[in-house]
Amino acid sequence: MTTYAVEATDLVKIFGKHRAVDGISLKVPKGIVYGFLGPNGAGKTTMIRMLATLLKPNEGHAKVMGYDLGKEADKVRHSISLTGQFASVDEELSGRENLIFISRLVGYSRKQAKLRADELLHAFQLEDVAKRQVKKYSGGMRRRIDIAASIVTSPELLFLDEPTTGLDPRSRNQVWDIVKALVKNGTTVFLTTQYLEEADQLADLIGVIDRGKLIAEGTSKELKSSIGAGSLTVHFDDSEELKKAQNIFISQFEQEPDINEQDISLTVMIKEHAKAAKAIGELANTNVQIKDFSMSQPSLDEVFLTLTGNVQDQEGGDSTNE
Amino acid sequence: MNKPSAIEEILTNRTRPKSPPAIQASATFAWRALLRIRYVPEQLFDVTVFPIIFLLMFTYLFGGAISGSTGEYLNFVLPGILVMTVSMITMYTGLDLNKDIEKGVFDRFRSLPIWQPSVLVGALLVDTLRYLIASTIMVTLGYILGFRPEAGFSGVIMGVVILLLFSFSLSWIWTMLGIIVRSEKALMGISMMFLFPLTFLSSVFVDPSTMPNWLQKFVDINPITFVVDAVRTLIHGTGTNGDVMIVIYISIALIAIFGPLTMYFFKNK
Repeated sequence: MTTYAVEATDLVKIFGKHRAVDGISLKVPKGIVYGFLGPNGAGKTTMIRMLATLLKPNEGHAKVMGYDLGKEADKVRHSISLTGQFASVDEELSGRENLIFISRLVGYSRKQAKLRADELLHAFQLEDVAKRQVKKYSGGMRRRIDIAASIVTSPELLFLDEPTTGLDPRSRNQVWDIVKALVKNGTTVFLTTQYLEEADQLADLIGVIDRGKLIAEGTSKELKSSIGAGSLTVHFDDSEELKKAQNIFISQFEQEPDINEQDISLTVMIKEHAKAAKAIGELANTNVQIKDFSMSQPSLDEVFLTLTGNVQDQEGGDSTNE
Repeated sequence: MNKPSAIEEILTNRTRPKSPPAIQASATFAWRALLRIRYVPEQLFDVTVFPIIFLLMFTYLFGGAISGSTGEYLNFVLPGILVMTVSMITMYTGLDLNKDIEKGVFDRFRSLPIWQPSVLVGALLVDTLRYLIASTIMVTLGYILGFRPEAGFSGVIMGVVILLLFSFSLSWIWTMLGIIVRSEKALMGISMMFLFPLTFLSSVFVDPSTMPNWLQKFVDINPITFVVDAVRTLIHGTGTNGDVMIVIYISIALIAIFGPLTMYFFKNK
């Protein structure tokens, strides 16, 4: 028995001259949600397509549910399900027909397939639109039928490629609930997302990918603490006081605080909370008048920025092409 | 919010049924193709209207000039136009597949533990049914216009069967191109580039012995000529096993070459 759902070693995928995935190694323990976080074009979809046996890696190898991706592709396919980013069901058919169709393909008899389709439609609250063509579904319904089609038989490992991109908050929450239910039932979920909040909310383990490389990995807590405990912001009534405080901060934190002239505020990144408390105390001791102060947890956004050193840009050329 | 629990309830089954045998998988894909036709019946336009237009057009356009009378020409040209029309229609197989692949649902098919060619075999089976519809319409219309097969009904059936075999085999070329060519327009261009000369520069419309020598050489090695000759001889009872065998060999060769190639590109796209 392996304890890992995915064990990838130095996977590389090259499209022309572009190294879409550039030497990624990762291990995903069974039974968790692994969040693969990165901007558009970072290589998330390419990675998922390799792990789901759709693309052959140029270099490296991987085991999925203990089976070798290259030599035992069929066994891998037995253990996984893939919900792609776009149209992972036939838009021309109705929701019910799609589910019967997939059920037949996984090996159910005609009668069982119909039963299974109706069960799924009921559980995913799609009974009302069961006979409507999928292309007439709303975004949220689309996503639900996509996922329903992926769990016709409960997969041991489910790949979800950007499951909530473009969904309204309510539909997004529904998808999140579905993911949580799946994991509770023992399915391992490997999802890609470009939303930090989503990784934060759902993923037990987060891998951050940028330009084809895995640049950080850890729980959301670990990732956040890797850049410190957060930040301290102090507001002042006038810039005189700000000047005095600035000097105190420099000696206390041994770093230059960010100054916001409009707000008349100072912000410093802090490593431990105790230090922040001490610095505030120091301001009071030296009679610096402060208006208010606030502490903030680092957001994954900040983590992302710190790690990649660049603003999350919307580079075109999404990795789904080819 | 009762939904998560509703979903948990249906997740109890963690063992998958056995993967379906190749035939069930192919039949399931064929079922999908039939459902799609039900939603968009216009898809049948090519197999219903093409045969009618082609037969009327060529019979009355060339009949008088070539055979002196349209009635006589019809007997000669119908088997030819039948082959031409159905061969032309095979091109749509590739076009449909090309559109289908672009949408991404193929990713799901390819990640399922099924006999992979069933995706394409299923679609091709339904296409063969489409070719049969086209053939039936053309022969029926021909009959109304005065076409009389010399080998009778059974000759026509045998002719159509051999044509369907050839068309099914030919479709693998378009299927392969449908997978590797990026746009529908490009695919259309490529298909036309081959189909037009191949169908016209053959024995479809006229007896090759009336052509200049160099053209005869091309016509004689054109696979369409072989198919036309086989169908024509079957329909008019002059057929020999040799004519038919050549078409069977061509068909087997087409599948043997383009089947694996198609699957290679399908798996490695």
